Amino acid sequence: MTNRSPILSLRGIQKSYGPVKVLHGVDLDIYPGEVVALLGENGAGKSTLSNIISGTVQPSAGEMAWLGKPYSPADPRAAMDEGVGMIHQELKLLPKLSIAENVFVGRYPMKSGRLDRGAMEERARAGLQRLGLDVSPDRLVEGLSTGRQQLIEIAKALTLNARLLILDEPTAALGGEETQALFRQIERLKSEGVGIIYISHRLEEIRQITDRIVVMRDGAKVQEFGTGDVPIRTIVEAMVGRSLERMFPTLPVPTDEVTLEVRGLSSPSKSFSDINFSVRRGEVFGIAGLMGAGRTELVRAITGADPISSGDVLLHGKPVTPRSPIDAIRNGIVLVPEDRKLQGVVLDHSIAENIGYANLGEISRNGWVSSRRIREFAEDYIKRFGVKGRGGQNAGELSGGNQQKVVLAKWLARKPQVVVLDEPTRGIDVGARSSIYDLIVDLARVGVAVIVVSSDLEEVLGVSSRIMVMAQGKQAGILNREDANDVSVMELATI
Amino acid sequence: MVADVKERQGFAGIVLPSLRGATGPLIGLIVLCLFLTFATDKFLSVRNFLNVLDQITVLGVMAVGMTMVILIGGIDLAVGSVMALAMMVLGYLNVVAGVPMALAIPLALAAAALNGLIAGLLITRFNVPAFIATLAMMSITRGLANMITDGQQIIGFPAWFNMMAIVRFGGFLTLTVAVMIVVFIVGLLYQRYRHGGRVLYAIGGNAEVARLAGINVQRATVLVYVVCSFLAGLSGMVLAARLDSVQPSSGVSYELDAIAAVVIGGTSLSGGTGGIGGTIIGVLIIGVLRNGLNLLSVSPFMQQVIIGAVIVLAVTAETYRKRKS
Repeated sequence: MTNRSPILSLRGIQKSYGPVKVLHGVDLDIYPGEVVALLGENGAGKSTLSNIISGTVQPSAGEMAWLGKPYSPADPRAAMDEGVGMIHQELKLLPKLSIAENVFVGRYPMKSGRLDRGAMEERARAGLQRLGLDVSPDRLVEGLSTGRQQLIEIAKALTLNARLLILDEPTAALGGEETQALFRQIERLKSEGVGIIYISHRLEEIRQITDRIVVMRDGAKVQEFGTGDVPIRTIVEAMVGRSLERMFPTLPVPTDEVTLEVRGLSSPSKSFSDINFSVRRGEVFGIAGLMGAGRTELVRAITGADPISSGDVLLHGKPVTPRSPIDAIRNGIVLVPEDRKLQGVVLDHSIAENIGYANLGEISRNGWVSSRRIREFAEDYIKRFGVKGRGGQNAGELSGGNQQKVVLAKWLARKPQVVVLDEPTRGIDVGARSSIYDLIVDLARVGVAVIVVSSDLEEVLGVSSRIMVMAQGKQAGILNREDANDVSVMELATI
Repeated sequence: MVADVKERQGFAGIVLPSLRGATGPLIGLIVLCLFLTFATDKFLSVRNFLNVLDQITVLGVMAVGMTMVILIGGIDLAVGSVMALAMMVLGYLNVVAGVPMALAIPLALAAAALNGLIAGLLITRFNVPAFIATLAMMSITRGLANMITDGQQIIGFPAWFNMMAIVRFGGFLTLTVAVMIVVFIVGLLYQRYRHGGRVLYAIGGNAEVARLAGINVQRATVLVYVVCSFLAGLSGMVLAARLDSVQPSSGVSYELDAIAAVVIGGTSLSGGTGGIGGTIIGVLIIGVLRNGLNLLSVSPFMQQVIIGAVIVLAVTAETYRKRKS
């Protein structure tokens, strides 16, 4: 591809944990000034590989070379000293310290045994300017937007004179604007000759920014594309290792009967205002928009999880505007929340208990319940939803897809009229997604009004009869299935 | 003797099924009992067993309430002071104001429960962390307890009151022990088999998941603090009966003993796991340990060291077991 020599080359990298082999001899070269996408399902070995490069994990076999010399970092510190910067998915910044202190934490510049605050802020300022970030280095990190915090992490890596940056899902928490800003900085770093390994589940942005795509599956490199511009379907097929005949099921035809109507809904925090739409019995209604457009806040308000300042929610024409989740649930309006691990399931409680918590009223007789009764109740739903697990197993041991099925199962036992799913497949393997889509469409088929919020355009387009696009807290428009495509949705979303 | 065995089986029958996660502490208790049986000649006797039961009544009643608070991920530092306040209210009403016991006891319990209501509302309505809210209540109630008599003790309860802690009905149960056993059984049944009890696990596991699942987290939280304070008051009644007097300095650092019993019994301080079954074992371990150390004539100061070591041992053993599985 280029005749320059690689910054980093891996040959036959293997890693085993006991008898379990998680990497089966991976070869990889990273050249200066290129962005390489590392793709694969959860458990494909991406994180292990990047942890080996950044010195967090030691390989069991194989060789690495850094700028032509043998490279075997004993710990993250050693890798950093060589010039490898790793930016983790969860930001690791200290909110109560200044930007400069965060950038130099653990390696403060010293002068005659004391912290050299002047030099620290000067060098931090230089790093921030290189990224085009216009903030004062003595400002606290607390209160900065996620996008800016991300850039500070990158500035931190750059002050280490990083030649190679590993970005693990850098845009997972970024809005559209912030993502574009990040991409501009990545372009800039490229032109300065920095090599970048880019890990992401968002396949559209991969096409936009990367020069090369490496797909991993089951601990091995299965395919490499010499360009970033590869059709998404081709990438996904390489990731899951089989051709996808059908990702989305066929949608049922919705009835004319309106189940849910939202009139002039606004939130006290102004995260959304004056929202009007209705969802029919048996319809899947999609809500699209960029991060921060107010979608999550809107559906949380409809389901009583967040407050409403004005407007009405009507069910079959009767006002049911909820003041708490209890209100909404009583009316048969339920939420499958955005963050499964923090809002959907109690990770260290059993599957049966998790299903039971939303149904104690149904399970108990005169207020009496027993573990056995909860277990019996849950087993039924575990079977019906094809959850791969036993009732007594902790929810934390399940894969993302199966956890999501548990969250769905706990609601469906209550025979809801409206089911709201916020980012139903976030963090769920591409291969396991179609079974979630099947469940969504099955709900519509039995007459439930379904609302699906998603940042994944292909997903909203694939499962919705109609799509409402939100931009900056306002509803930008409602598209019928026939008129909706990625261009028309994005046009509305970026108004 | 026959009645004695039967009673113990009945008791175990209820305790055992709710021991999930508390098998470690149970093994510890058995080992401790075996050791003391061989190390002393007085330990293994009905008389000594009844002594142990008498000695754990105050801690036992209090620890049940504390278990529920810790189960939802909270903490109640005020129970020792609330206990003293309830005792002083009882003494003032009965001895000074001449209110009959039948009315004075419920009023003292209501005064205790009121403290829990205030703590619960501070925590749920004003988002004060439980640690701070109950720390403040601890100071306030201790001050109030002292203000009633300016720090003086009150004596002169009717004679039958003290008899409740002395007379062994059927040669076995004092009324105070019976109160504790009733609290144990009701607590166990509530926590395991009542809607309201199961909900506590959901709240402690993840309060946001519980709220979104349609559980009234605020109401349940307030209720738990009310019950915990009520039981602290009840343990105060038990102590008043045992001492035949009340003084405002009672119950200092009892909250820490209660927390220790809960933790030794395997309930996690972060909430969501454990339960009253384990706490009963925890209370018994502390009771048997104190009794055994007395029989072995270990100094009270050394006893404090040993109990501290047992807490460390119980928690590290549990953590180690969890990591291995």
